[in-house]
Amino acid sequence: MKSFDPRINRIQPAEDTTTEMKAGESWITFEVFHQKKRGDQHIHVGSVHAANATQALLFAKEQYARRLPCANMWVAPTDAITSFAYSDDDIFTTATEKDYREAGGFKVRDKINAFKKTLTENQK
Amino acid sequence: MKQGTINFIFKTADDSFIFGHRNSEWTGLGPFIEEDIAFASMAQDKIGHAWVLYKMLNEHAGLDDAEKLAFYRDINDFRCAHLLELPNGEYDFSLVRHFLFDEAEFLRYDLLLNSSFAPLAHMAKKFKGELKYHTMHAESFLIQLGQGNADSNTRMQKALEAAFPYALGLFESYEGENEVIADAVFPGEEILKNKWLERIAPIIEQANLKMPDLSTQPVFGGRQKQHTEHFAPMMHEMREVSSTDPNATW
Repeated sequence: MKSFDPRINRIQPAEDTTTEMKAGESWITFEVFHQKKRGDQHIHVGSVHAANATQALLFAKEQYARRLPCANMWVAPTDAITSFAYSDDDIFTTATEKDYREAGGFKVRDKINAFKKTLTENQK
Repeated sequence: MKQGTINFIFKTADDSFIFGHRNSEWTGLGPFIEEDIAFASMAQDKIGHAWVLYKMLNEHAGLDDAEKLAFYRDINDFRCAHLLELPNGEYDFSLVRHFLFDEAEFLRYDLLLNSSFAPLAHMAKKFKGELKYHTMHAESFLIQLGQGNADSNTRMQKALEAAFPYALGLFESYEGENEVIADAVFPGEEILKNKWLERIAPIIEQANLKMPDLSTQPVFGGRQKQHTEHFAPMMHEMREVSSTDPNATW
């Protein structure tokens, strides 16, 4: 049995080797979604090459869940994702001021602080 | 700690250590980046298992510390099965070795959950998840390549037949095994072997592979501290750096 270790023996491909790739012959990629703890949303963290979905999950675990807590993972074939074209990103601009739609538009923090104040005052 | 238990822990540790080292030789050379990462990560897990077991010998049997047992022990004292010291060869062989060994490891630690020796039972509980992942990884490749095309199927079948007699050598008895069984430290290699055969047969079938001839002569010797010609060069290479300065701190 010969070792593949480059210090011992490099593989010498035959000189007449030509590689032709056909569509679908190469592995597909899967998008990886990581869930930090149960109940949290799964968050997209990257992608992996794999022969099938099971292997994609197994590789995703080592690549994206090795260094941080993980409750669960999803993988989905990349071509199952539909996206906008970046050239259409003008649809995300807002023509008139609608900051009441933005989270920052709600003055919630003030209300919470006021509520907390009444709680502590009631306890006195 | 009784000598039988010491021998049991030593051979289990040596198996993990040597397997971990061999598999780490693939780091940077794996067939594709995702697999390279997964395989290297599992190799690290194995070294971790060996470390815990060597530490157990240090703490409970008063032997040298883990690093000394791994890097400075006489290589004639190692008891790993020959399966684990064989050179890597082609990736099909490494995958099949990984499958045959890790299915046995998973079952070994499953049995150790009920060990009368508490540190082993505790360790078995702690490492269950890692071992489960190792079997999932091994099975997915065996099935993917076994079911793949004629070339991948033939390669896996050949590797399976080459590795099988060595895999049977995992279950070689060792000095003091009777004592280990009597003391309920571990129920015995024969019981493990039967459970292993029962577990791998349906997976091999699912992978469109043929179970090798069960009457084949197992390759024994590792548990008696005898090794193949590949063992000494591997140990020499492994210790090349640490032996330049044994007292270095890391």
